[in-house]
Amino acid sequence: MLEVKGLRKVYRSGNREVEALRDLTFTVDNGELVCLVGPSGCGKTTLLRCVSGLLDPTAGDVRVDGKPVDGPPPGMAVVFQEYGRSLFPWMSVRDNVELPLKQKGVGRARRRQLVEQSLDAVGLTGTASAYPWQLSGGMQQRVAIARAVAYEPQTLLMDEPFAAVDAQTRADLEDLVRELWKRLGVTILFVTHDIDESVYLGQRVVMLSTSPTVVQEELAIDLPDQRDQLTTRADPRFIQLRTRVYEQIQAAKRNAVH
Amino acid sequence: MTSPRRGNPARSGSTALLGAAGLAGLLLVMELAPRLGLVDERYLPPASRIAAALAEEAGTPAFWTALTDTLIAWSAGLAIAVGAAVLAGIVIGSIPVLRSLTASTIEFLRPIPSVALIPLAVLMYGTDLGSTLLLVCYAAFWQVLVQVLYGVADVDPVAFETARSFRFSAWGRIRHVLWPTALPYVFTGVRLAASVALVLAITAELVIGSPGLGKEIAVAQASEAVPTMYALIVVTGVLGVIINLLARTGERRLLAWHQSVRGEVTA
Repeated sequence: MLEVKGLRKVYRSGNREVEALRDLTFTVDNGELVCLVGPSGCGKTTLLRCVSGLLDPTAGDVRVDGKPVDGPPPGMAVVFQEYGRSLFPWMSVRDNVELPLKQKGVGRARRRQLVEQSLDAVGLTGTASAYPWQLSGGMQQRVAIARAVAYEPQTLLMDEPFAAVDAQTRADLEDLVRELWKRLGVTILFVTHDIDESVYLGQRVVMLSTSPTVVQEELAIDLPDQRDQLTTRADPRFIQLRTRVYEQIQAAKRNAVH
Repeated sequence: MTSPRRGNPARSGSTALLGAAGLAGLLLVMELAPRLGLVDERYLPPASRIAAALAEEAGTPAFWTALTDTLIAWSAGLAIAVGAAVLAGIVIGSIPVLRSLTASTIEFLRPIPSVALIPLAVLMYGTDLGSTLLLVCYAAFWQVLVQVLYGVADVDPVAFETARSFRFSAWGRIRHVLWPTALPYVFTGVRLAASVALVLAITAELVIGSPGLGKEIAVAQASEAVPTMYALIVVTGVLGVIINLLARTGERRLLAWHQSVRGEVTA
């Protein structure tokens, strides 16, 4: 279980203080897929970096299975928005996926197996010897997802992973995330600014306010488990839920103005 | 994927032809100018006599010894400088406090012309190989160090955080993120340093009289063997060209993945 309790982050530069996160509390159960959605500039990335142990919070704490996070915890993988910068251009796709496993101390035979399986799972069979920059943006993000999946994490953090890919590719990748989540049983915390995406993907949506950020509302997504780009998005319930999320985000923005 | 760098073969062929024609023109001018009395033959002998002197030199063991001495001084000095600069660059570059602490010192030491250290070199090593090495190392070290520092500063924060999030060891982060990022800069530094190192090796031999081509040039000049002196100067020029070619080829081979080499691929 992933617990975020009273999380606060203040950036200091000189004598100027910027309160990015004010007070965030939420939990993600094991095996759950939760989407975090908020207006742009609400500190989503700051939150994710605190959760992944890349950034120390000013106050509050993050716990994974009861253990406090200080530094990147084992069993967690992060998929970044900037796939082009997150993949190493000096390595082939295979080496990119394999390197974290080497660092983790996984044996050679098992590594080979994991690399192959995870590339198959994201639909990149046969591209192992290509370099990331020879692939399209959508394929590069698939490599980053394969790298995370091969790591066999219990928790997968995704930081607006599809913000930089085109709409059609994005739909495919959303379905890929749902499919992998169901098959692997991982806990996923998915950060996005896209309201429709959060409702389509999540079992639960946590809405954030504008900065300084608090949790605006949480909403359970009671859509059928089997989701489909055409029927789910046309479902009246989907439209109700997205309207609800949209209203909350708008309310958050209005509150910020006052 | 077509690379614009290759151009069309007919064009690169004609460029090579023009280059060869230019060189031939230069040789012709160098042949005719002294023969027509435009310049004093004592100071610039005709190209054919320089060529003859070169052929004669190539037949003497002393020439090959001198060439070997120069190459040893150049390569050993360069290797020591590169090794030390890479190590220092990575350590200084990855520790912000050290970076700030050393920034002004580096900016002060770097512009000191290596030749200004000739008296020191003579004091320490006399006319041995050590004098040449000291000067070569000093000149080459800064070229590489500055580039390594740029390279380390260029590490992409997202790539670095990726490595951290996958719990790479400190050595893993240096080996797999920092080093590959810095490598193109290191190459630039080595290429610059290789040329500078040759200049300093010849200078040291010429001025201090430590063994090598530079010393032979000085000896030829003192004994008024002007064609031989020019022949040796030509050899140093050819060395410079070869060194540059080798450095560029190595760079292209090892950095095939890098933007500057691969040509831009649209993502």
